[in-house]
Amino acid sequence: MNRDEPTIDELMASVHIEVAARPHIVVDTELCRGCGQQECVTACPANLFVPTADGGIVFNYEQCFECGTCYLVCNTDGALSWSYPEGGYGVSMRFA
Amino acid sequence: MSDRVDAVVVGAGPAGSTAALQLARAGRSVVLVERGRAPGTKNMYGGVIYGRVLDGVVADWAARAPLQRWVTRRSTMVLTPTQAVTLDVRSAAWGEPPYNGATAYRSDFDRWLAEEAVAAGAILLPSTVVTGLLRDQAGRVVGVRTDRPDGDLRCEVVIACDGVNSLLAKEAGLHRATSSDTYTLGVKEVLALPRATIEQRFGVTGRHGVDIEILGATGQVPGGGFVYTNLETVAVGVVAQVSGLAKAKVRPEELVARLRAHPAVAALTHGGELVEYSAHLIPEGGYDSMPALSTDGMLVAGDAAHMTLAAGIWLEGVNMAIGAGSAAGLTAARALAAGDTSEHGLRGYRQALESSFVLANHRRLRNLPHLVLGERTQRVYPGLICDLAEELFTVRDPIPKPGLTRLALDARRRHGVRWRDLASDGLSALRALR
Repeated sequence: MNRDEPTIDELMASVHIEVAARPHIVVDTELCRGCGQQECVTACPANLFVPTADGGIVFNYEQCFECGTCYLVCNTDGALSWSYPEGGYGVSMRFA
Repeated sequence: MSDRVDAVVVGAGPAGSTAALQLARAGRSVVLVERGRAPGTKNMYGGVIYGRVLDGVVADWAARAPLQRWVTRRSTMVLTPTQAVTLDVRSAAWGEPPYNGATAYRSDFDRWLAEEAVAAGAILLPSTVVTGLLRDQAGRVVGVRTDRPDGDLRCEVVIACDGVNSLLAKEAGLHRATSSDTYTLGVKEVLALPRATIEQRFGVTGRHGVDIEILGATGQVPGGGFVYTNLETVAVGVVAQVSGLAKAKVRPEELVARLRAHPAVAALTHGGELVEYSAHLIPEGGYDSMPALSTDGMLVAGDAAHMTLAAGIWLEGVNMAIGAGSAAGLTAARALAAGDTSEHGLRGYRQALESSFVLANHRRLRNLPHLVLGERTQRVYPGLICDLAEELFTVRDPIPKPGLTRLALDARRRHGVRWRDLASDGLSALRALR
């Protein structure tokens, strides 16, 4: 990869987010183990779904765009509970 | 917050603020609820606002709206990894009243439009999430629940402009089961460059700007790319079919990086300093993926009703939202005046949209989204077009020039396009564009 190619972490460092105290998306890693596709891992634009060695998913809500992609691609009933962060918190885009 | 109001509008994007503006102007009490700290902070798009629809809403919008550049140059680019063919359209007329498209930051534009609604008398309630609908025993929508303490808001009519995920329209049962194929994910990088550099590279001056839409930019993933100019930044991004990302095992930001590395795009964006990376879902299904637009006590407008027009060369969303929001606000105001906000009382909304550009354009172009995201449009035709153009302009002396027909026939064969498919796609395109 090109030296001046930003990594996803560098990209996400440019995003302004007021992190809410309470997670607005909760992932049930037990249920994720039974999911063959785990499309969320590839599709989440913030790269928040990280596969674990035992086949589960580690998820951190803090850097979320609240876009809804994970909710759309999740194939496992109950694995993902999805809502918006409380009012005034979460992503705040400035140049979009 | 226990006082009853005439209307609650959920979401202060272009649809919601326009709806609230129309209701306030009609003398109705209206609360405009926004989950962001300020309107626009949750919103992101692919770059161009076609403002003519505002002529009938905010007469002097062109002078007052916080816009970046008037788009006076509009290009459609077709790419392969090593080639590019561009159709480049310039018009001086697009830089003068009544104008055509403009670029803007949504945090500026959406806030401005919400302030117009407030100036007309709407009450803006920011930093507030609507968590559900309030219904009476008959199932009629009579308000919304919010995440504020004692946060129930009761009203005669709710206008749901709550964006692409449209939790309210779903709760009301207005959406049919939707396939992830009808959504794309938009991701973009906004890059800072000196104003003079932008104007030099894009060949514009003053407040004039450029919008480039790109086919063949997303590899194995159905989608497209875009580049557009703000005053002191350039935005470069892709839209990618959500279901195609995992299939191709490509992450969204990698698609942007690849597009930015293409020689035709790198020439425009190189050296730009990242100021913001952003992402948003886009409802691309068009007319056939829209939900029912009303129910007892509620109307739906904008992305929440899948009103973004993503029909290949036409990519319009903000104008659709403003048109629909305006019709929703006017319909609700009339229904309130008549004392009937039941589904029957609100039926004028669909009729108004069907006879306006919003649903007329969607209906006319209903088959285009499917065609544009189709396998051959995405994976075969860009290469064929680029090869044919390259052959056409490659001088092979001392070998005599082949005729254009011969070149076209050869290109078709080399790219494995069957006559049958070419004919059927051509016919579909003609029908879709009729």
